[in-house]
Amino acid sequence: MNDPHSHIVRSYDQEQADLLDELIRMGRMSAAQLEAALDVVGRRDDKAAERVIANDEAIDALEQQVNHDVIRLIRRGPMATDLRIILAALRVASDIERIGDYAANIAKRSMALNLAPPLPHTRGLDALGRMAARQVRDVLDAYVARDGEAALRVRANDAELDTLYTGLFRELLTYMMEDARAITPCTHLLFMAKNLERIGDHATNIAENIWFLVHGEELMPPRDKRDDTNTTVV
Amino acid sequence: MNDIHLAVAHHARGAVLPQPPATKISARGLNFWYDRFHAVKDIDLDVPEKRVTALIGPSGCGKSTLLRVFNRIYALYPKLRAEGTVLLDGEDILDPKYPMNRLRGKVGMVFQKPVPFPMTIYENVAYGIRHHERLGKAELDARVEQALRQAALWDEVKDKLKDSGLGLSGGQQQRLCIARAIALRPEVLLLDEPTSALDPISTSRIEQLVEELKRDFTIMIVTHNMQQAARVSDYTAFMYLGDLVEHGATEQIFSNPVRQQTEDYITGRFG
Repeated sequence: MNDPHSHIVRSYDQEQADLLDELIRMGRMSAAQLEAALDVVGRRDDKAAERVIANDEAIDALEQQVNHDVIRLIRRGPMATDLRIILAALRVASDIERIGDYAANIAKRSMALNLAPPLPHTRGLDALGRMAARQVRDVLDAYVARDGEAALRVRANDAELDTLYTGLFRELLTYMMEDARAITPCTHLLFMAKNLERIGDHATNIAENIWFLVHGEELMPPRDKRDDTNTTVV
Repeated sequence: MNDIHLAVAHHARGAVLPQPPATKISARGLNFWYDRFHAVKDIDLDVPEKRVTALIGPSGCGKSTLLRVFNRIYALYPKLRAEGTVLLDGEDILDPKYPMNRLRGKVGMVFQKPVPFPMTIYENVAYGIRHHERLGKAELDARVEQALRQAALWDEVKDKLKDSGLGLSGGQQQRLCIARAIALRPEVLLLDEPTSALDPISTSRIEQLVEELKRDFTIMIVTHNMQQAARVSDYTAFMYLGDLVEHGATEQIFSNPVRQQTEDYITGRFG
């Protein structure tokens, strides 16, 4: 995130660069955590799941550091783009922290899944997860590039994620109706799917903050939503 | 503040400038020269009524000069020259036929350093009133009290009105100067760096005062303190090298300025 105009007070540039570095590091960690969590589900690896759960602490610690840096920068009285960078950083950090939490929760639930025989339906979850992870990676790239148009695309893609989620939701409901013994693992899978759908929403929030950062406007153009599970019955 | 938010929303949709409710002062094609130095260059500026407009910009950008044109202080000195029009309530104050007395009555000014007259606190305020109006003792007393109350100074000086104004603290002296200016019941108040010589507490008092005074007065404030402009003003005008670079709702200027020069200045990147 280099700016052709540097501040007269050079330490401002340094502190702002530190903040952005931490945020990007935090974002990449949460994306890696998500990918690791999906991997753990596929491999049924409890040890690896424990590592994913433990790693979440590092993301939380980085969020604390971001908050600390924000307070330090606010004391300087930032204006205009500097002000928007800080406001967006604070909101993006909290979205990333939630993404990390959801990833850790997926790893945790995988350990519960491992107590039952393997289910074929983790494959649908994997597709949903890959798409959520791509959304997170793409939105981070848009953030690094301060690219409002790329952020718009990420947000538009969320509808596709919602469609996948709704499909998986129906599939899992059907499976549970067919076989009552599948209720426990399928319930975990439902929560995991919901986590992935929520991760997509946080990626969308980040996209909206990129728009705000670039354009100074809170509102993005309208979009369509396709999560129909609130009213889905089988 | 509603009009500001509307103005910002308006601006966001690509309109030219936020439209204030009513215009008190309207400058068009305004130029100013100190002898051969061209200090203010072809400025158009509308100052909305009963709002605070801040003028910001680096030293020598012409903001204080612009402020001073609005009460024609320059007319006191030779070789200083203004061109263009400055309409105050629709009348051109740059027209030599515009009576100076009326202008002084309508436009009050407060400077960077508080300069009380070497008189009692009471006389500091009463002096100007006597100059403009003939009032009985009771009426004059009431006017002095009202001005000191409006300037948020009354409670601190009511028991020592006969003491010298020079004995007050810097912050109190500045509020005395504001009382002196508003005692004449002007419609426009020009503040040229009114808090740059004051401590933070006195500065807060003056800023609180500005918030109260805008109910009755149209206020223009020149300040080097960006945070102060962001705190106290409804509109902000950014000047650079005699040009008016950008003018808009304060909220917009400080969160999302249109011009790169404005952005660079208010974020401390001016090179």
